[in-house]
Amino acid sequence: MVMDMKDSSPASARRTFFTQASAGVALLALAPGVRLVDLALARVQDEPASATQRWGLLVDVDRCVSGCDACVSACNTEHGLDGNERPQTDAQWIRKVDLVDNNTEHQLSLPVMCQHCEEPPCVDVCPTGASFRRADGIVLVDKHTCIGCRYCMMACPYQARSFIHEDLSGQKTHAPRGKGTVESCTLCVHRVDRDESPACVEACTDAGHEALVFGDINDRNDPLATQLAETTTRELRADLKLNTAVRYRGL
Amino acid sequence: MKIAYFQSVSSSRGYWLISAIAGVITLAGLIGADHMESAGHWVTGMSNQVVWGVPHVFAIFLIVAASGALNTASIASVFGRDDYKPLARLSALLAIALLLGGLAVLVLDLGRPDRLIVAMTHYNFKSIFAWNIFLYIGFMFIVGIYLWMMFEPRMNRFSARVGTVAFIWRLVLTTGTGSIFGFLVAREAFDSAVMAPLFIVMSLSFGTALTLLIGMLIFWINGAAIDPALLRKLRRLLGFFVLGVAYLVAVDHLTRLYVTGHHQLERFILLDGGIYTFLFWGVQILLGTVVPAVLLLLPRFYQHGYLITAALLVVVGALAQMYVLIIGGQVFPLELFPGYSVTSTFYDGVIAHYTPSLAELALGMGGMGLAVLVTLIGVRILPFVPVQMAGENQD
Amino acid sequence: MIWSGLFERWSKRRSCAIRAGVITVGLLGGMALTGAYAQVSQPLFPSARGEQCVEPVDVMRRDHFEFLKHQRDKTVHEGIRTPRHSLAGCIDCHADKDAQGRFVPVNAKGQFCQSCHVYAAVKIDCFSCHAARPSERVSQSP
Repeated sequence: MVMDMKDSSPASARRTFFTQASAGVALLALAPGVRLVDLALARVQDEPASATQRWGLLVDVDRCVSGCDACVSACNTEHGLDGNERPQTDAQWIRKVDLVDNNTEHQLSLPVMCQHCEEPPCVDVCPTGASFRRADGIVLVDKHTCIGCRYCMMACPYQARSFIHEDLSGQKTHAPRGKGTVESCTLCVHRVDRDESPACVEACTDAGHEALVFGDINDRNDPLATQLAETTTRELRADLKLNTAVRYRGL
Repeated sequence: MKIAYFQSVSSSRGYWLISAIAGVITLAGLIGADHMESAGHWVTGMSNQVVWGVPHVFAIFLIVAASGALNTASIASVFGRDDYKPLARLSALLAIALLLGGLAVLVLDLGRPDRLIVAMTHYNFKSIFAWNIFLYIGFMFIVGIYLWMMFEPRMNRFSARVGTVAFIWRLVLTTGTGSIFGFLVAREAFDSAVMAPLFIVMSLSFGTALTLLIGMLIFWINGAAIDPALLRKLRRLLGFFVLGVAYLVAVDHLTRLYVTGHHQLERFILLDGGIYTFLFWGVQILLGTVVPAVLLLLPRFYQHGYLITAALLVVVGALAQMYVLIIGGQVFPLELFPGYSVTSTFYDGVIAHYTPSLAELALGMGGMGLAVLVTLIGVRILPFVPVQMAGENQD
Repeated sequence: MIWSGLFERWSKRRSCAIRAGVITVGLLGGMALTGAYAQVSQPLFPSARGEQCVEPVDVMRRDHFEFLKHQRDKTVHEGIRTPRHSLAGCIDCHADKDAQGRFVPVNAKGQFCQSCHVYAAVKIDCFSCHAARPSERVSQSP
């Protein structure tokens, strides 16, 4: 794609360069997900998160064990969610939910956390824009801008958010949190940015259940994406059409 | 065209007594807010399941009533009914004062009220809350200008036009307030298009009730009486507004009752919700709708005492309605797993608990106190109150 | 007509205002003379570890809040976690240890952030949320 330029001014030289360079990049991505040159999965930390990746979680309900709360404990430890023995106001980023079928009395157990929707109601309703969705799909609260109005907590269909009801001290460096702001599962964004998987996923694997799978939904070669493509999974409250990044199998 | 003369309220024992009471109530509210902010919200009854409590019940009531309080002025300016003109200035002042009270409660309940500047400078325009901030502040400006048009004789000819702008702004504002709830797809009790019109009729009902109550209080302090003919018109209006609210509440519940999926929620509110069922039938419907409608609309109850009782009952019913709506709507669990019974450590699947704390009650009442205080200050420094009201409309 | 009434009341109050103004100036002048101002101690804090700060001292004094503010937006919204202007990086170097070898919170009395901020009478909000001690992980500062 060489442009036939009679004029050799700097502007035309730049034009030529950009045309050739963009052609080269375009060739690298023939179609979504198909690349001639495999881009590294790791994002370099001084570059912004991008929509090339979409982080997701798969919960295999059949493997989840009732009475086990390894994921919850791991999350609490990772983020310093000590609690004050006040269950109504203590923060819970992930919780185990026990279900009994009303007709068949079949029992299940599964974890519920922020579903990291593609169209999050919490982001829609936040008056200051503190609740936002990062380019790679992780839904977060910018606690510098959060005024603590709790409207996002009203709006979340999964009751995923918690409000901090008291002064805190001894926070973890990677998990700043303070009184008067709202928070929820961050998909362990500080670990994801270091190419690790969330604490709950690791804990479930260490406990031997392997009910949680983490990965990049957009990457066809990722184990998560493969499982999502090959097995039947569903969203919670699929009727709301929020296109969540957390999917459940066996529900 | 009749010219109405106005005066400011003169100093009297009654005036200072009511001001002192309002001041004490406002102070109690500030103390409650300070306690909530310094200790954190764990000292309140609010939790991760019931995130908005009694302060919001009062705040939404005050904001909705503020919009409706302007109605008397609108009838005068926009609909050309001169017989309502004597109360127009007071009605506009009440609108500003009630809105100030409601907003003060909302801001003081925030988790980070020190970040008010952030709220005023960072906007997410998909959020109805963000729009409401503009609508509320704009309302106060527009009503301020409306008051200027009414006060300044040279500007009187513009009051109809500014009044119309204020009227439309009010409708948009109240629609926005109702939509705070109506847009919440997650909550069965709120997700409904009827919220916006319901809030508009509620504003007319609550606003007229408070205009009557506070207006009559100020006239009583000043040793005068509101023209009985005007009172009769206002009481009939209030009666019809109360019935209007009842109609929309009925439509809201009947529609939800028709849908099988909502039966559990309706059963909770209407039948076995304990305090919420009592507040709905006993206070909102019986005391807040049926009794006032009878007292306001039947000619044999056309006396001052019945009017004051009816207006007070409307206010009590309004607060109960807000409680059932806001808190009842939150204690009912979200349905994530239809067909299953659910238990968890985060109160999934169970009716949440909520007990209002003293601090919350103080803050909510403080908002009312602030509204009354602002009104009392206003009527003393500027001529809001009409002179020689009784017998004006004799021709 | 309202304005004339207000003006009358304002003129009557003017003499009151002048009296109040004189008293205030007198009080302030008296305080200055007796040295009531000189109660705030000069900033004095333990020196930091490492050879030098990520920016020159005068740049930091003037602009550290700008660095922190922009860095936080980049980190939170875009996930850019370079340590140069990160708050955690500051704390890693500037936190002091007590006699037992434990880290002291960097916003404690007499410590790095607090001593200058008390002197300048600027209240900071960072540590209601952020950890005031370095984490157990290896410090990320260069």
